[in-house]
Amino acid sequence: MTAPAAYRVSHLDALEAESIFVMREVVAEMERPVLLFSGGKDSIVMLRLAQKAFAPASIPFPVMHVDTGHNFPEVLEYRDQRVTELGLQLIVASVPEALSNGLVRESADGMRNRIQTPVLLDAVEKHRFDALFGGARRDEEKARAKERVFSFRDEFGQWDPKNQRPELWSLYNGRHHPGESIRVFPLSNWTELDVWHYIARERIPLPSIYYAHEREVIEREGMLYAVNEFIRPRAGEERFKAQVRYRTVGDASCTAAVRSDADTVEKVIEEVAATRITERGATRGDDRVSEAAMEDRKREGYF
Amino acid sequence: MSVDTAAPADSVLPEGRPMDLLRFATAGSVDDGKSTLIGRLLYDTKSLFTDQLAAVEAVSAARGDEYTNLALLTDGLRAEREQGITIDVAYRYFATPRRKFIIADTPGHIQYTRNMVTGASTADLALILVDARKGLVEQSRRHAFLCSLLRVPHLVLCVNKMDLVDWSQEVFERIADEFTAFATKLDAPDLSVVPISALRGDNIVSRSENMPWYEGPSLLHHLERVHIASDRNLVDVRFPVQYVIRPQSTTVTDYRGYAGQVASGVLKPGDEVMALPSGFTSRIAAVETADGPVDEAFPPMSVTVRLADEIDISRGDMICRPNNAPAVTQDVEAMVCWMDESRPLQVGGKYAIKHTTRSARAIVRGLHYRLDINTLHRDESATELKLNEIGRVRLRTTVPLLADEYRRNRTTGGFVIIDETTNRTVAAGMIVDTA
Ligand SMILES: Nc1nc2c(ncn2[C@@H]2O[C@H](COP(=O)(O)OP(=O)(O)OP(=O)(O)O)[C@@H](O)[C@H]2O)c(=O)[nH]1
Ligand SMILES: [Mg+2]
Repeated sequence: MTAPAAYRVSHLDALEAESIFVMREVVAEMERPVLLFSGGKDSIVMLRLAQKAFAPASIPFPVMHVDTGHNFPEVLEYRDQRVTELGLQLIVASVPEALSNGLVRESADGMRNRIQTPVLLDAVEKHRFDALFGGARRDEEKARAKERVFSFRDEFGQWDPKNQRPELWSLYNGRHHPGESIRVFPLSNWTELDVWHYIARERIPLPSIYYAHEREVIEREGMLYAVNEFIRPRAGEERFKAQVRYRTVGDASCTAAVRSDADTVEKVIEEVAATRITERGATRGDDRVSEAAMEDRKREGYF
Repeated sequence: MSVDTAAPADSVLPEGRPMDLLRFATAGSVDDGKSTLIGRLLYDTKSLFTDQLAAVEAVSAARGDEYTNLALLTDGLRAEREQGITIDVAYRYFATPRRKFIIADTPGHIQYTRNMVTGASTADLALILVDARKGLVEQSRRHAFLCSLLRVPHLVLCVNKMDLVDWSQEVFERIADEFTAFATKLDAPDLSVVPISALRGDNIVSRSENMPWYEGPSLLHHLERVHIASDRNLVDVRFPVQYVIRPQSTTVTDYRGYAGQVASGVLKPGDEVMALPSGFTSRIAAVETADGPVDEAFPPMSVTVRLADEIDISRGDMICRPNNAPAVTQDVEAMVCWMDESRPLQVGGKYAIKHTTRSARAIVRGLHYRLDINTLHRDESATELKLNEIGRVRLRTTVPLLADEYRRNRTTGGFVIIDETTNRTVAAGMIVDTA
C-alpha cells in the first residue's frame, strides 16, 4: 500500500459516506421508507447513493413521484427508464387525479406547487410510509438551511421549525407514533457544485434538459420560460429562440431555464462555479411569492 | 433521453492532495455577533449569491437598519427575523481554494442551548464569540464548557465588536487572559484567540489595519490551515454494524456483508477481528464498496466488511480487534446535558438510549452531581437535571453497550437519551467511565 500515512478522503467522498450512512440507518430502523424521485438531479444523485448503500443487493424501498401533471417529457422518459433499469417499484401520486376526485382544487395562479402537498400527504397515508427520502439540500434556501437530517413530521405532515429535535453526532432519532413520519435528507450537506462534481465523477446520466440546448422561450418577470402546453405567451410577450439549460427541474409551469452554452458536465461545473445567483433564485417562480414562501410551504408538509 | 458524461477529476489542491472538509460551529452569548460573523465571512470570501444579498439588503432597508444586516443571511426563519435572534442552527457552506467548510451557526440564547449542542456535536472547531464591551458572561462560559464537554478539538476565541472599544489591545488581552484561565480548567485541547469586528470585517479574511498590535493570522487564515487530519482516531478499530447486506438474488448467492461507517481505526483484508458482544473471532475476507474492494478502510468511510467465517453478527454489534476492544458493559458513567423542558431527568427514570447503531433501554441509577457552569462547582445534593443542566449520572442498560470513553472516541463514547412516551431526544450523553 502506498501513502497510507495520509488516510485522507476528499470532501466528496466524505459527503458520499455520510449520505450512505444516513440511508442505511433509515432502512435499518424505519418500517416503510420511500424515496421521492422527481427525475431532478438531486433525486437522481440520491438514487445513485441508494444503489451504492445496499450493493450488491438492490434498493430495498420503492420510489414515489409526485406528478403535478406539468412535466417535461424528457424527465418523465428518464424517470421511467431509470425505474425499469433498476427494477424499482414506482408509485405515482398524481395531482391531476387528485384534482378530478376533488382532493385538491386548482389554485388561482395555476401553480401546482402548493397543491402538491395534500397529494403527497395522501399518498403517504395510503401507503403508510414512515420515512420519506427527499433530495433537498441545505444550501438551496434559508429555511432548508435550518432543517435536520431526520426531520420529524406530525400526523398532519407539518414541520415545526421552532421545535425540532436535537440531532447529535450521527445518532438520528427516527422514533415516531403511528401516523407521524420522518423526512430524511441524505444530501443535506451537499452544495449544487458538489452535486455536479459527483455527477461528473460517477458519470451519472441526466435528463437532457440539464444541458444547453436551443428552445423557444418567453421572458417573464426576468426569467426565461419555455413555450409549451403550460406556458403560452401573454399579450406583449415575445417568443424567441435561445440557448438555455435547466438548473432545477420542477413543475414545468413554474420552472425557468437559464441562458447557457454548457452542453457538457465539465462546462456545467464551470458555469455553476462562476454563477452569482442561487439555483432557486434563478429558476423558481414559486419561491418569489414572499420572503418566507419556502418556510410556509414546508410547515404545511411540502418536501 | 439522457446524456452520458465524461469524468473529470475530483477537486484537488495544487499539491495533489484531495481538498478536505472542515466543519465549524459558532458559539457564545446572544447578540455577541455570531451570525454577523458568518455573514461577513461569506460576504468577504465572495461566497454569497447576488439574489441572497439583494434579499437581505431589501429586508434590512425595509426595517430601517442603518447598514445591511448580514446576520439575516443565516437567520432565515420568520420568527428569527422578527425577534432578531437565532433560534435554530443554520448550516452554510463555502469553499476557498484550500478547503471546503461546513458552518453551523448556532443560537446564543439559553433557551435554545440544545440547538447549539446539535451544531457543535459534529464540529472540528468552534468559534467562541465574546462581546468586547461585556467580556465573558455566563453564556460564554456555558458554551465554552459545552464545547469542551463535546470535545470539539479546536477552539478559537473571537473577541468581537473591537470597533466599539476603540480597538483596545488592553481590553482584548484582559478578555483573552480571563478566557484562557477558564479554558485551562476545561482542558480545552487547542485554543487560539483573535480580536475581530464582525460588522466591519476586521481580522476576518485579512489582517486589520485598525489593530496593528495584533500579530496573529486573520480568522480565515487560521480556518484554512488548522491541522485536523490527526484529530481522527486511527488506532482503535471500531466498526459498528449498521445493516447486514444479504441479496435475495439468483445472480449473487451466499453473500453476507456487514455494512457500516468506520468509527475509528483502519480495517484491512486479512486482519484478525473480533465481533462483539459475542466475542467470536474471524478474519476480514474483504472490505468492499459499491465501486469494488478496497485495500483499507478508515474514518469516515462507509463500507461493507465480509468475514472469512460465518458468525452471527447483526445490527448493533461491533467489529473490533481481539487485543483492542471497547468495554462490553451494562453500566456506564456519563456526563449528560439535559435538553427537555417538560420533564427533568430523575433518578430512577427509564428512557430509551441510542448508542452507535445500538438501541437499548436505560435506567438512571444515580446522579452524582450537577455542575455549576460558572464556577464548575459540583452540587452533589442535586436530585434532578432540568433543561440545559449538566451532570454526571450512572446508567444501567437492558443490553450491554459496546463503549469507549468519549474522550478517546467521539463515536463509541457518545449517546442520546430518548423519552419513550414523547419520542423526543431529551439528552446528550458522553461516557466518562465504562467500569
Ligand atoms: N459594532 C458592532 N456591532 C456588531 C458586531 N458584530 C455584530 N454586531 C451587532 O450585534 C447585534 C447582534 O448580532 P448577531 O450577529 O445577530 O448576534 P448573534 O450572536 O448571532 O445572536 P444570537 O444568534 O441570537 O445568539 C447586531 O445588531 C449586529 O449588527 C461588531 O463587530 N461591531
Ligand atoms: Mg445568531
